[in-house]
Amino acid sequence: MPERLEVRKTYKLYLGGKFPRTESGRTYEVTDGRGRFLANAAWASRKDARDAVVAARGAFAGWSAATAYNRGQVLYRVAEVMEGRAAQFAEEVAAGEGLSAAKARAAVDAAVDRWVWYAGWTDKLASVLGGTNPVAGPFFDFSVPEPSGVVVVLAPQRSSLLGLVSVLAPVLATGCTAVVVSSHDRPLPAITLSEVLATSDVPGGVANLLTGDAGEIGPWLAEHDDVDGIDLAGCTGTAAMELERSAAGSLKRVLRAPAEESDWTADPGLSRMTPFLETKTVWHPIGV
Amino acid sequence: MMAGMTHVLDPTALGDLPGPPPRGTPDAFADVTRSDAAFRAFLHGLPGVDQVGAEARAAQLGTRSIKTTAKAWAIDTAISMVDLTTLEGADTPGKVRSLAAKARRPDPTDPGCPAVAAVCVYGDLAGVASDALAGTGIHTAAVATAFPSGRASREVKLADVRDAVANGADEIDMVIDRGAFLSGRYLDVFEEVVAVKEACGSAHLKVILETGELRTYDAVRRASWLAMLAGGDFIKTSTGKISPAATLPVCLVMLEAVRDFRAATGVQIGVKPAGGIKTTKDAVKHLVMINEVVGEDWLSPDWFRFGASSLLNDLLLQRQKLRTGHYSGPDHVSVD
Repeated sequence: MPERLEVRKTYKLYLGGKFPRTESGRTYEVTDGRGRFLANAAWASRKDARDAVVAARGAFAGWSAATAYNRGQVLYRVAEVMEGRAAQFAEEVAAGEGLSAAKARAAVDAAVDRWVWYAGWTDKLASVLGGTNPVAGPFFDFSVPEPSGVVVVLAPQRSSLLGLVSVLAPVLATGCTAVVVSSHDRPLPAITLSEVLATSDVPGGVANLLTGDAGEIGPWLAEHDDVDGIDLAGCTGTAAMELERSAAGSLKRVLRAPAEESDWTADPGLSRMTPFLETKTVWHPIGV
Repeated sequence: MMAGMTHVLDPTALGDLPGPPPRGTPDAFADVTRSDAAFRAFLHGLPGVDQVGAEARAAQLGTRSIKTTAKAWAIDTAISMVDLTTLEGADTPGKVRSLAAKARRPDPTDPGCPAVAAVCVYGDLAGVASDALAGTGIHTAAVATAFPSGRASREVKLADVRDAVANGADEIDMVIDRGAFLSGRYLDVFEEVVAVKEACGSAHLKVILETGELRTYDAVRRASWLAMLAGGDFIKTSTGKISPAATLPVCLVMLEAVRDFRAATGVQIGVKPAGGIKTTKDAVKHLVMINEVVGEDWLSPDWFRFGASSLLNDLLLQRQKLRTGHYSGPDHVSVD
């Protein structure tokens, strides 16, 4: 019996519900903590980032207009499919982050739970963050949180699955669409998550995944006029400061970079959803 | 020119309009239209189009990479070639006026942005467009001859043309009778184009072949020659109402036709692809093809136009990207 040839994987990007090659044709090798080859990943260019924003913008109308209940159902379905691929996720997390099998499995479980938790928030946000306002006049006055648009997520560099889920799920739960730049050294869980998104009920373009170097494409996304918000979770130091400055040019909502990578196992609260919501307040005259 | 609107069903209301004598059929080809049989023999005697070759050539020309200063030039040239079009049943004078404002200053944030070539509307709104464009040098184009189907009697078509011209259109986009063309009544189609050209007076005539209904590249070549012989100043691919509209290979065949026609007669004819050209990349591919197939003589709004509506916004976004160094978004151009 001849030895079976290894099937070496070369992954692509996830844009607009499809898996295209990067426009630049570039790939890079992904290795585990000890330098052993895991797979080839696409090295996205600024033009892929541009295409991703177009895809996300195109999907925004439908996703933001979907009922909160429907969004919750779709996101819960994502968690279901993640659960089904838990073993693959655990293997990739273990290889990428150098964790034991048990710890990796715990991280995957936490990631699925986190996704379910955010799925539950979709139809509760409006009640918690909005409501009627007491006003001194014959008006019925109420405020509702609304999604702001296309959000760029620079995913955490170290926590490749739990960290990624903790920054992507809140964006989708609010009704925004996302362009995610994955961890450079540990992109495999993100790639598998994109396969999960493609095979659950998430409409194409709602979440788009770019693998590659956030330092290279981050600036293009930060100054892009058609991006409404940016989460700098995966950046640090002066790079993050530069991105904040670029983002100011088009008045983007910025979720600032932490001094060091957060502890993603902690209870996230609403802190990652509120930055990408806009509050709409309506004054409605009352008769008599 | 008569003031006011005239009823489209009363072709005599306008009388004869002044204008230069019709160019007529160039002498070299005067003979081919003497009879239906002679004309058919001539058109079917045109060399056949190598379909695979034409598509491969168009695809190959589409791979050229146009960057930096060349791209900036191409974008500005393409903007200046746009026939900014609105052909909806729901068009209003207000919409035409806002379109005219956009035609004059496509990018209000940048005075350096060139104006477009023309505004293209239905004939009844040509007056609104020409008033809004007075003194700007931007042309007013009107579609006529029972656009887009062309299914009306010749009297009605000619009245439609005279009405549009009387309303202020200085360019007329006519449709050929595809039914007659496809059933081989070439001389009928030819005579109709001649009659329309006469009715246009001094207005330029663009002849829409509706290539999506002609099926083969051979038919596109024949229709191109027919339109050029009959006195069309431009040959135009499509109405934009049916799919497929303008494609690169079709445009290639038409460019070859105008090139050959000038070589044979010395008369230069313009080309206007319309419909389906939505991105800057598409527009640049067309410019590359002009340069390679017919040469620089056609790289001007006088000889090449893009019939488009959404194309202009994409050109403006690309232009803003070049100017500012970062990507722009649809919130930074007007909604039309």
